[in-house]
Amino acid sequence: MKHVVIIGNGIAGVTAARHIRKKSDYHITIISSETKYFFSRTALMYVFMGHMKFEHTQPYENWFWKKNRIELVQAYVQKIDTTLKKLVLNNNTTITFDDLIIATGSTPNKFGWPGQNLKGVMGMYSKQDLDEINRYAKDCKRAVIVGGGLIGFEMAEMFASKNIPVTFLVRETSFWNKVLPAQESEMINKHIKEHHIDLRLNTNLIEILSDEHGRAKAIVTDKGETISCNLVGLTAGVSPNISFLKNSDIKTDKGVLVNRNLETNIPNIYAIGDCAEQQSVIGERRPIEAVWYTGRIMGETVARTICGIPTKYSPGHWFNSAKFFDIEYQTYGWITALPKENEARFYWEHKDGKKCLHFNFDKISRKFIGINTLGIRLRHQLFDRWLTEEKSIEYVLEHLKDANFDPEFYKQYEEEIITKFNSENGTTLTAKKKSWKRIFA
Amino acid sequence: MKAIKNIGYFLTFLGFAFFIGSVFTGTHKVTTATYENWIQSKNIKSEYFINHTQKAIVDQQMSTWELSQIILDQAKASNQYQKSQPKTDWSKIIHLKWSKTSKDFIYPLARASVIGWYKQHPTLWFLITFGFAILGGLMIFIPNYKLLGPAGIKNNGIFQHSATNKGIIGFITAFFFMAFYVLLYFFPNYIINPILSVNGINQFLSGNDAGQWFLYGVMYCSVMTVFAVRMFIKYRHNSYQLLRTTVVLFFQIAFGFLIPEILVAFNKPWFDFKNAWPLNYTFFFDYNINNLLNSGHLGIFMLVWGIALTVIIVPIMVYFYGKRWYCSWVCGCGGLAETLGDPYRQLSDKSLFSWKVERWLIHGVLVFATLMTALTLYVYFAHIESWKVIAFGISAYDVQTWYGFFIGSIFSGVIGTGFYPIMGNRVWCRFGCPLAAYMGFVQRFKSKFRITTNGGQCISCGNCSTYCEQGIDVRAYAQKGQNIVRSSCVGCGICSAVCPRGVLKLENGSDTGISRTQVNDILLGNDMDLLSMTKKNS
Repeated sequence: MKHVVIIGNGIAGVTAARHIRKKSDYHITIISSETKYFFSRTALMYVFMGHMKFEHTQPYENWFWKKNRIELVQAYVQKIDTTLKKLVLNNNTTITFDDLIIATGSTPNKFGWPGQNLKGVMGMYSKQDLDEINRYAKDCKRAVIVGGGLIGFEMAEMFASKNIPVTFLVRETSFWNKVLPAQESEMINKHIKEHHIDLRLNTNLIEILSDEHGRAKAIVTDKGETISCNLVGLTAGVSPNISFLKNSDIKTDKGVLVNRNLETNIPNIYAIGDCAEQQSVIGERRPIEAVWYTGRIMGETVARTICGIPTKYSPGHWFNSAKFFDIEYQTYGWITALPKENEARFYWEHKDGKKCLHFNFDKISRKFIGINTLGIRLRHQLFDRWLTEEKSIEYVLEHLKDANFDPEFYKQYEEEIITKFNSENGTTLTAKKKSWKRIFA
Repeated sequence: MKAIKNIGYFLTFLGFAFFIGSVFTGTHKVTTATYENWIQSKNIKSEYFINHTQKAIVDQQMSTWELSQIILDQAKASNQYQKSQPKTDWSKIIHLKWSKTSKDFIYPLARASVIGWYKQHPTLWFLITFGFAILGGLMIFIPNYKLLGPAGIKNNGIFQHSATNKGIIGFITAFFFMAFYVLLYFFPNYIINPILSVNGINQFLSGNDAGQWFLYGVMYCSVMTVFAVRMFIKYRHNSYQLLRTTVVLFFQIAFGFLIPEILVAFNKPWFDFKNAWPLNYTFFFDYNINNLLNSGHLGIFMLVWGIALTVIIVPIMVYFYGKRWYCSWVCGCGGLAETLGDPYRQLSDKSLFSWKVERWLIHGVLVFATLMTALTLYVYFAHIESWKVIAFGISAYDVQTWYGFFIGSIFSGVIGTGFYPIMGNRVWCRFGCPLAAYMGFVQRFKSKFRITTNGGQCISCGNCSTYCEQGIDVRAYAQKGQNIVRSSCVGCGICSAVCPRGVLKLENGSDTGISRTQVNDILLGNDMDLLSMTKKNS
């Protein structure tokens, strides 16, 4: 019987294993050095904050793996022998495979800052990172977070929840403004400050200073300021975790290079998730996407290929979500920080400054291109359909009530939104009543 | 703000200290008239018992404990004496059973004979118990408006605090809850001083003296009110929670407490219009039916209403809105669980094993309740006395008694509420409530209600499952892109509230069939060759 070995037990690897099991009787082995059982990485912050215990981040009970005949090996893969189809593990055992899936995820970036390896300096990615944060947070007087992305934000939120003062160094002039348009970015800036985070925009880290015990005691910024702190979070993005492939025949660039079938240059070896780098462009997606659901989709896809139905990786319309303290963010389709030449934008913001919708559409054809929403939930299913059917901005606005996904009895703003659009565009649109018929169509 | 909170803790502690402390103090003095009334109403024929107790207690001052002990000792001695006679006169035997003797035999005498400070100062006594605890509770929770920061989900530290993570405080709380229910159900003779704290209110409402159930009613409403304020602050950003909490509080205070008491004041039967059979398991008991039949038009209306509630209103409402309309919007048990119980919701077990136990238990109770009621109605219409043995040496009365003891008292009260800090706030609703089981069938198989999963947005974080009070593994559905359609869901809406990615929405869709529970092989967002995509139903 074919032996499928998966390196990495994150969402990509585990989804692949589950779908291979659904479709086949192959012998499946998952190898991970991080934890024995799959857990949701995105939930680690909640363990620190006391919303959950670590066991709550595990989506499957421990008996699940045996019942589904998925073998779990807790070890680190040191070497891959592609000719003998053999893996060498750090516990000096070897595992042979027929098919190999590399799903090793990412590792936090470190840009050679002086002092980046001091005690009390850490990323926020793995279970081990969480353990270390727990250890150093105990006597933390001030934490400095470096890097204005989503993980940096998570870390700021974590320390704030423990009433630890946080200084947040962001290279950009406004939070996450390479992704978010100015209005959304500004809303988040304000919300960060509302939560008493010392937000330093347009500020870079120069070095981290050590105390006599080799622990961080302060950081120096490019503004010449020294900020004392005894915990430093480095969250300047992530890169594929593929250093163990250095001396193998598997072709890599930033990540493991794969074709649309997620195959590497070596037959029977595949790469999925954060560590995979697409050789051909897929729409406007980046070649490496460290996003939860793309990992899952790659897992769903590669399972079919391995089970005898060669299948192309075909992620649909772009979507994503996040939460910034109390403000939820969702996006469907594309709306970049700055409008492209053919694009027009429509922005509505609620007077409380915590809700907004930002629409992107084609100036000439009126085709709806994408939307950002803060503080209002929207229905994925409908936006996916509207994007596929290339609906116009007018259609989307008129049917916006169908797409509202806020809990019942929440105040709805469709009329207000459409009135603003009408006054800016000289149109006479009206909001259609919510229709289950259309939603289920 | 912190200072206000600390004063609040102190006041609450003081209120409870007085309340509990009064159990160990207080005086009784049985007058001759009281004594004779009691002997008559309890139909006591044993001269031995009368001779020995009359002298010992009438016109003597003593504590509840002494009084209870004398009666119990003498009853035992009397029984021994009667049995040692050449021919035992069974009419002189006093039936003793731990779960009944204190409440039915001793309590009435103790309640009627209480004297002393607590009785003379009803208002002051109310103020330094209920007054302190309510005021203190509000002072603990209201500062959270500022202390917790901007509105939003604030579950920080829940699993790091002894009270909410099965620590020592949690176990002490559980012990306190359980002890209270044991005293309330089985030994009310020991909580007469606490009962006196609400005597004034009962006098005002219906002109009657308060009993243990009136005390329970006032406590229930007070606790719910204080913890509803906590909910209003914690979920002030969430209209669903605000409205739901307001409504469930209203139904408890109006329908569960005030209306029944007002009915009594007008010499009508005590009747809770929202309490549906089989949760209200005594509805078809002969004494209740006879009582309603003898109460004129209103009584007949109550009888018809009670039947219609179970047979028509409940299933129709569940069809349109799911069982949440009852469990987390109307029900008294649900009301307590959603207010006092909210801090404990994360403690419910989410394992597959517990789900199996749940299904056996709750459906077992439903079968038990149905059989007991069937038997009750059979003996009622066949004009058989309820204490007469039907079969296997068992009478309808026996079955009713067992149900009342094991399900009505132990399961729903002592365990159901006592285990809040250990097994979560819906122990009764999840494992025991027969009405929930009945509505669960409708909700699972024929209802518009579901929790919709928002396409492919789920990140499997687990907040939804963790905070599900019913122990539903919400994430297991959400991460598959499947709607959550479960018979146990009470629609509290917290999974949707705590979701960081806007994945869950409670809604009443138009479809009621298979499409409600359909699950696709792959989630929305994956466009791989759709032609060969398989669909299946779960």
